[in-house]
Amino acid sequence: MDFLQTLKIALRALRTNKMRSFLTMLGIIIGIAAVIAMMAVGTGASYVISQQIASIGSNIILVIPGSTTSGGLRTGSGGAQTLSSDDVKAIMAECPSVAYAAGTVRTSGQVVYGNMNWSSIIMGGTPELFEIREWPVVSGRPINQDDENGAIKVCLLGQTVAENLFGSADPVGNIIRIKKIPFTVIGVLERKGQSPQGTDQDDAVFVPLRTAQRNLVRSQRTGIVGAVIVKAKNEELINKAESEIQSLLNQRHRITGGKEPDYSTRNLSEILAVAEKSAKAMSLLLGAVASISLIVGGIGIMNIMLVSVTERTREIGIRMAIGAKKNDILLQFMTEAVLLTMLGGLIGIALGAGGATVVSRLLEWPTMISFQSIAIAFIFSGAVGIFFGFYPAKKAAGLNPIDALRYE
Amino acid sequence: MGDQQFEALKGVSFDVTAGEFVAIMGASGSGKSTCMNILGCLDLPSSGSYLLDGLDVGGMTTNQLADIRNKKLGFVFQGFNLLARTPAIENVELPLVYAGLNAKERRQQAIVAMEQVGLAGKENNHPSQLSGGQQQRVAIARALVNNPSVILADEPTGNLDSSTTEEIMGLFTALNRQGITIIMVTHEHDVAAYAGRQITFKDGRIISDSKINQTD
Ligand SMILES: Nc1ncnc2c1ncn2[C@@H]1O[C@H](COP(=O)(O)OP(=O)(O)O)[C@@H](O)[C@H]1O
Ligand SMILES: [Mg+2]
Repeated sequence: MDFLQTLKIALRALRTNKMRSFLTMLGIIIGIAAVIAMMAVGTGASYVISQQIASIGSNIILVIPGSTTSGGLRTGSGGAQTLSSDDVKAIMAECPSVAYAAGTVRTSGQVVYGNMNWSSIIMGGTPELFEIREWPVVSGRPINQDDENGAIKVCLLGQTVAENLFGSADPVGNIIRIKKIPFTVIGVLERKGQSPQGTDQDDAVFVPLRTAQRNLVRSQRTGIVGAVIVKAKNEELINKAESEIQSLLNQRHRITGGKEPDYSTRNLSEILAVAEKSAKAMSLLLGAVASISLIVGGIGIMNIMLVSVTERTREIGIRMAIGAKKNDILLQFMTEAVLLTMLGGLIGIALGAGGATVVSRLLEWPTMISFQSIAIAFIFSGAVGIFFGFYPAKKAAGLNPIDALRYE
Repeated sequence: MGDQQFEALKGVSFDVTAGEFVAIMGASGSGKSTCMNILGCLDLPSSGSYLLDGLDVGGMTTNQLADIRNKKLGFVFQGFNLLARTPAIENVELPLVYAGLNAKERRQQAIVAMEQVGLAGKENNHPSQLSGGQQQRVAIARALVNNPSVILADEPTGNLDSSTTEEIMGLFTALNRQGITIIMVTHEHDVAAYAGRQITFKDGRIISDSKINQTD
């Protein structure tokens, strides 16, 4: 018996009871649609997070002043001024796993050009900062070592600042005032987009570290840095670099025995690992929800298939009398069940994808429908049909033709 | 009835030669249908044997029996037993589907069978759009589409009026003249008269067989 004919018979059977077929499929439709929509929202979100983390730069370790207590509460953060430019130089010179280290200071203030003004983050950093963040200029030139050594009043603009002060004009070569001090714009940085915390990374002005230390921030001592940003030589060396930095700083800051360090380090790959872990837990949860809804849908299919076998006992008898083998009957009812679930799966995929698109439009929430999730959903719906269709089909195939023919 | 054994047929023995037209008669409950089920390879005798074309059916697998029903036998039932919501032509094609013929061959043979029973032009009618006599013709077309050697008919005219009965019996007579063996169950003597041989059952036993009576 050819497969096309089997398919035709199954389609006719489903068409005969359109409403019933649809209601039976509903469980599968809802289950699959929910899975597809949730997976689309989930992968969309994790894609955005990984993009944002990548935008900070790869293999990065952050060293910030202030310690962490064993309970996790940070003491003396913000106000602490325990890291200096000398620490940065020492990290560069003495930690073999470190590629670059840059000291930074951070403040905020008004930036003025002509009659335009804009309040922004002002960041002081050594030239290495832009290597570490993998952040090139799109026009003009970057900050160089001469600017740093001479504490020259030059600045780089982030895209958001450039647009707000200069519109579409080229800012390079113009003088702007940062906290009332004139600076020459030497370049404009490439667009970065949002940080993982959701702030606009392009809303910032960058000046040489020493220029900022002298003119823009107050500190108790000279050469104080707000944070050190370090790039390890490669991914495998991140943890090694972190411990090298810790032992170096402990030595330099005379931290021995049980004394709390006056700084702390943060490793961005750890943050990434945590994000990945929670994404995995999330998909496990989604998987559980999906399998429950599919099992419920499958039981519905099984129920209706059993009803269908009983209703069509006579038909089965006729088919057997004129030469259908057990396997022909088995295949016929299996095809019907699988067709039911696969059709439900397809409708569910369409509905889920549509729902995800609507969500992303309305809530401006990124969604991504992967080919993989569609393939998995489709295969799963087919598997549900095979699993839950088998028992009713077996029952049909096991009927005795005489009893089946006599059935009223 | 459960575990209890009931002997529906007792000591029944007869031969049918190729090309015969046999009528099986008897009161209701006398074992006619049980006998037909065995002849039709739908049931196996609990003891004794049935040889079809010299082959003992008793030792065959269910798949082999299905093959015999498909290729050597054709069934006609009292209640027509057509598939509802299925066009006449597709009902006729059904045995060929299980014989593994392709769609084109099936359609060609089914059209020939429909013509043979005088239903050309009714191919796409559903059973509900046909009269009882026409439905039985579709069933006969379905029984003969595979060129079977035997057609088994259990009270084929039981649901039909007398003029339609005559038409159907005319059809059986014509098929018998073409060489097909026909074994038919009936209550009515005038229907049985179309057959060349009458076998009468009573309480699971054969009480008369016109072929044997003639030789007596
Ligand atoms: N599956 C069965 N179980 C028990 N008794 C049966 C079964 N099938 C038939 N019979 C009995 O066997 C006898 C013959 O039945 P059947 O062959 O159908 O008679 P007929 O077709 O001549 O009316 C009847 O008495 C019937 O009750
Ligand atoms: Mg009977």
